[in-house]
Amino acid sequence: MFVFILKRLLQSVAVLLAVGFVAFSLFRYVGDPINAMVGQDTSAEERETLREKLGLNDPAPIQFLTFIANAAQGKFGLSYRTSEPVGRMILERVPATLELSFCAAIFALFVGVPMGVYTGLYPRHWTSQLFQAVSLIGVSLPTFLIGIVLILIFAVWLKLLPSFGRGETVDLGWWTTNFLTWSGLKALILPSITLGLFQLTLLMRLVRSEMLEVMRTDYIKFARARGLTNRAINFGHALKNTLVPVITVAGLQLGALIAFAIVTETVFAWPGVGQLFIQSVQFADIPVMAAYLLLIGLLFVVINLTVDLLYFAVDPRLRSQGGAARVAGH
Amino acid sequence: MTFKMRHSLALSALVCVGLSLATAADAKTFKWANSGDVSSMDPYARNETFLLTFTSNIYDPLVRRDKDLKLEPALAVKWGQTDPTTWFFDLRQGVKFSDGTPFTAADVVFSLNRANGPGSNLGGNFVSVKEIKKINDHRVEVITKYPDPLLADKWAAIAMMSKAWAEKNNAVNSADMTKNEENFATRNAMGTGAFMLKERRAGERTVLVPNPGWWDKAQHNLTEVIFTPVANPATRVAAIKAGDIDMMYEVPPADTESLKREANVQVIEGPETRVVFLGFDQERPELLESNVKGKNPFKDKKVREAIHRSIDVDAIKRTVMRGQSFPTNLMVAPGINGYTKDLDKRPALLKPEEAKKMLADAGYPNGFEVGMDCPNDRYVNDEKICQAVVAMLARIGIKVNLLAQTRSKYFAKILRKGDYKPGDTSFYMLGWSPAATYDVHNVFEQLIQTPSAQTKKGLFNAGGYSNPAVDKLADAMEQETDKAKRDAMIKDATKLYVDDFAYIPLHQQAVVWAARKNIELVQLADNSFPLRFVQVK
Repeated sequence: MFVFILKRLLQSVAVLLAVGFVAFSLFRYVGDPINAMVGQDTSAEERETLREKLGLNDPAPIQFLTFIANAAQGKFGLSYRTSEPVGRMILERVPATLELSFCAAIFALFVGVPMGVYTGLYPRHWTSQLFQAVSLIGVSLPTFLIGIVLILIFAVWLKLLPSFGRGETVDLGWWTTNFLTWSGLKALILPSITLGLFQLTLLMRLVRSEMLEVMRTDYIKFARARGLTNRAINFGHALKNTLVPVITVAGLQLGALIAFAIVTETVFAWPGVGQLFIQSVQFADIPVMAAYLLLIGLLFVVINLTVDLLYFAVDPRLRSQGGAARVAGH
Repeated sequence: MTFKMRHSLALSALVCVGLSLATAADAKTFKWANSGDVSSMDPYARNETFLLTFTSNIYDPLVRRDKDLKLEPALAVKWGQTDPTTWFFDLRQGVKFSDGTPFTAADVVFSLNRANGPGSNLGGNFVSVKEIKKINDHRVEVITKYPDPLLADKWAAIAMMSKAWAEKNNAVNSADMTKNEENFATRNAMGTGAFMLKERRAGERTVLVPNPGWWDKAQHNLTEVIFTPVANPATRVAAIKAGDIDMMYEVPPADTESLKREANVQVIEGPETRVVFLGFDQERPELLESNVKGKNPFKDKKVREAIHRSIDVDAIKRTVMRGQSFPTNLMVAPGINGYTKDLDKRPALLKPEEAKKMLADAGYPNGFEVGMDCPNDRYVNDEKICQAVVAMLARIGIKVNLLAQTRSKYFAKILRKGDYKPGDTSFYMLGWSPAATYDVHNVFEQLIQTPSAQTKKGLFNAGGYSNPAVDKLADAMEQETDKAKRDAMIKDATKLYVDDFAYIPLHQQAVVWAARKNIELVQLADNSFPLRFVQVK
């Protein structure tokens, strides 16, 4: 177990270095940040001095090494756009993104899984057919469109919910939260639905097909023969056996929720890291983009590790077979 | 629309007005949004209109611009030149910063030096300055290296900061990009201005409250101002329709019509001081991106004229810009000092066969092929304008290969490098507003004079247009303090570049804002939005 974790950590470092390197090789194609930083009247010399000072004239590998060396010490430099320390800019926006992703994930899990179980148990019932049809919307419509339509209905027409932003937040010193004010909670609803809809559909369809599969197996028939209640069969035996793929997908999708909250955050002017990233791309703000990509790389590595560890918890076969080696090969 | 629906709409409009009146009695909160955040609270951090005008709500300059962009007294009550190379500023007495400390000449000297110091982006306004001297607590004198008639104009954008506040908070210089250090002034602000900074959450919201001790009589009636960046245009439009914001700073052209139909929303539009134009590479002996080898067709005035007179700016206005542009034939807009109205006439359009004949006379009977560079996220409908130009030129036999890309890539490609070597373009679009001085000389200096690393002129003359007679006039107008003589020079120089078809000026784009009906505000032609004129009814 310990060796397994250690191995995973070493792999993580390699993955992060690779992410950083790929990112840096791309940055030479994002354009020249200098023009966005200075006004149109800035002289050529001032531009050149600034370029030199920021190390933009160094070859990409040198810039990369400097960046990694600084990042290892927790120094990400100043943003080209705002002159603020990058580390703090990102940390300040993390709570907004995490709270949004958390709510979206809760929404997807607690609506998607029961819907999946239901449609799996009663595949021919008309409500199941309805769920199936509606869930197509979640997969087929682009996120920004869903967001705009929700805003149009609930903010512009019905005037029930705010059209953008986080509402009032409570500052706990190291964390700002939406959960403690009424306007903050209201502000969470539309973006969470927008962000979680795709995952909801995915989970629902996954659980449904797994359930259909499991319900056909012999041990379910035996359980019925033993006279167990439907509830015990459906949730104790059937659902539990569908969970390994569901956890894998849900885990990876949680990463996706955080990493790809970008679109939802842009639509709802949600002040999270995704929006920060978009603004930085427009500005060619290399320090912020680099730090963000590393952060997302780190996030996926951590989630993968957690998912692997969760397998141990839900699948007893892995524990008895000393499955560490097997899982590592996943 | 049936009568009934109309009636209920009118009713709901009445209810809305009633509601806003009811809340207006106690607190007049004004909420507004723009596509991007102010990048910093430090008034010298960036040389960009949005940052300068946003911080000018908190910080006052020595002289400020009124509703017509004319200079008027702010922290200086009197200013002028005692001799050609000496400027004086007599300061307003009894002015206090919002922390209660008095404003004196020491703060002025400190601020001007800070704006010209490391980390500041406003250093370009100090090229002519030799020395800034405090004469007494209420008078500052500036010695210039050569006569500079535009010093006060340049400095209207420079905010006055408190020396004591900056020293106490370790913000004597603007943030240095090369150091990994927080700068207090990036997030905090304290000035003499009409408003004070109450809350700053970068990227999320910025809250201002009125400064009760402001030296000027307030023309606004606000009690709180909340600014939020909302990047997505559709969300901004939805937010103003829903009443979540009172004003949006820039309206996407596609949404203007739908907002105009909204009962509770007013759309405010006017010409912007920026002129959008096309430029040619007239410098290289052979174009980089063309099938013409061994010569450069754009060096021939006939070719430039044929192209100029084949581009129908009125059609662009009608179709691409949906009426929101102001066609022009000059490189400066009305409202800028030196705009010469009687020269602002576009020559008659040519029929395609006439233009083809003109090209044939120039030696291109079959036209030619050329690459064109265009941004796709910098000016209003930039890419679509370029596409329209491509179609118009196709009719006269010129095949244009358009490359439209994002601004940071685009500028890096077309602009001159640090050593004034030309960028890699043959035919391009650019926009320019002489925002530092509101004077035509800036346009001559940056766009029209021959580019040269020695004279440091023409950095943005990307195509290298060069006419020694214009160069001479432009140099002369830079230092001429006699207004009549200077105006004559401007007129002569303007006529020269117009007759040369140096550029193809297209139009000024419209500044379009939207506000709820209960808001009164002033829209300035430089697209700046001073809160001091806002009234919530």
